[in-house]
Amino acid sequence: MKRKKVQFRINIKSRHLLVIMTLFCFSCIVATFASGAGSGVLQESAGLLVVPFQTSIARIGDYFRDMGKSFRDKSDLVKENEDLKNQLETLTAENNRLILDQSEYERLQKMYDLDIEYENYEKVAARIISKDPGNWYDTFMINKGSADGIRVDNNVIAGKGLVGIVTQVGSRWATVRSIVDDSSHVSAMTVGTQDNCVVDGDLELLDEGKLRFEQLYDQDDVVTVGERVVTSNISEKFVEGLFIGYISEVYQDTNNLTKTGTIVTPVDFRHLRDVFVITTNKQDLLEDSDSEK
Amino acid sequence: MRSKIVLAVTILLSFLVQSTLLERIAIGSITPNLLLILSASMGLMRGRKSGLWTGFFSGLLIDLFYGSLLGVYALIYMYVGFFSGYAHRICYDDDLKVPLFLVAVSDLIYGIAVYGIQFLLRGRLGFGRYLTRIILPEIFYTVFLTLIVYRIYYFINYHFMKTAKKESESIWVLK
Repeated sequence: MKRKKVQFRINIKSRHLLVIMTLFCFSCIVATFASGAGSGVLQESAGLLVVPFQTSIARIGDYFRDMGKSFRDKSDLVKENEDLKNQLETLTAENNRLILDQSEYERLQKMYDLDIEYENYEKVAARIISKDPGNWYDTFMINKGSADGIRVDNNVIAGKGLVGIVTQVGSRWATVRSIVDDSSHVSAMTVGTQDNCVVDGDLELLDEGKLRFEQLYDQDDVVTVGERVVTSNISEKFVEGLFIGYISEVYQDTNNLTKTGTIVTPVDFRHLRDVFVITTNKQDLLEDSDSEK
Repeated sequence: MRSKIVLAVTILLSFLVQSTLLERIAIGSITPNLLLILSASMGLMRGRKSGLWTGFFSGLLIDLFYGSLLGVYALIYMYVGFFSGYAHRICYDDDLKVPLFLVAVSDLIYGIAVYGIQFLLRGRLGFGRYLTRIILPEIFYTVFLTLIVYRIYYFINYHFMKTAKKESESIWVLK
C-alpha cells in the first residue's frame, strides 16, 4: 500500500487573505489608538535588526562625504596661494561673526537670564541616523536610546534652538518628532512681554522653513516682528526657556482678540546632523519642585 | 522558502536605503518612495499574494519606527501591492511601461490616502497646495526612480527567487 504524503499547506484565496489582513490592520490601529501605547516588544526587536545598519550606513555616508571633501582639497593644492587668501578672508569674516556672536551672547545674558538655565540642563549628544520615509511628516531617528538615559518626552535641541521632542525610545535608538512636523504643537511665550501662544508646525510653510503661531493675546500691540519666542513656563512637555525663533509676521485674527503669524527658526532642519537631547523632562522638574515644598 | 528569505532581505534593504540614503538625494525636500515601488513591482512580477505580503511588511516597518498608529501604512501599502497584483495576470512584466504606470497610479492613491486619513481629518483643507507641493512632485520623482530601480528588482526576482507561475496564470494562454 502506498502511503499518501500529508501536506500541511493552507491555501487561502488572495481575496480572503486581503480581507483577513485588512481586519488585522484595523484591529492594530484601533488597539494602538485606544491604548495610546506603542508596540514595545515588536519595536524593540525590529530596532535590533534595523538600527545597526542605519547607523553604519549613516557613518559610511559621512565617510564618503568627508572623503569627497578631501579630494576636492587635494585638487586645490595647486592653487595654494589662492586658497590661503580665501582662508584669510573667511577667517576675517569668521572673526567678525564671532565678535558679533560674543556681543550678542553677552547682551542676551544680560537681558534675560535664560542662558544660565539652558546650561543647567543635562544633555546627551546624539547623531541623526535616518529620516522617516515619505514627505508628509518630519520625524527622524537618533543613535541614542534608553541605555543612554533618553526617555519619551525628552526635549531635543540643536546648537541654536529647539528641534523637537522624543516620541519613541528603544534601547539604542529613539525617534524624534521635529517642531516643523505638521502634527507638532508647542506652548510658547514671547520673551519681551511674556505673552503665551501656541507654535505649530505647518506643512504648507515647508518652502519658507517657518513655523506658525496662533492664539497670541496681545491687546496693546506690543509684540512686533523680530520678537524672540521661547518655550513657555506653562508647557507640559517642554522645559522652560528653550529658544524657538523670531517672529517674522503678525496678523490680527478676525476675532480681534488674538493674533497669528509666522516664526523663523535659527535651526536648519534640512541639514541637521547632530543634536542634543535634554534628559530632564518637564514633569521631573515639576515633581522636584513639589517635593521641595 | 528561499524566495521568502530573499524577499524579506529585499524589503529590509529597501527600507534602510529609503530611510538613510534617499533623504540625501531629496529635491526640494521631496524624497521618492522606494517601498512603494517595491510593493507595486512585486505585485506585478509575482501576483496578488506576494504583493500583499510585501506591502504589508514594508508598511509595518514604517509604522513601527515612524508611525503614530500601528497599521495605517501597512494597510495602504498592502492595498497597493494587492491591486498591482491584478496586473500580474494581464500584463507582461518585462515591459518597463507597465511598472511606471502602476507606480504613478499607486503613488497618487497613496498620497491621497495619507492626506485623507491624516490631514483632512485634522481640518487641513488646502488639498490643492498639498497636491501640487507634495503629491505630484513625489509621483514624478518616484516614477523617475522606478526607471532605475525596477530593473534591479526584476533581476532579483528572476535570479534569486523561484519564479511565480506566469504562463499558466496568464489569462492570454488558452487552456
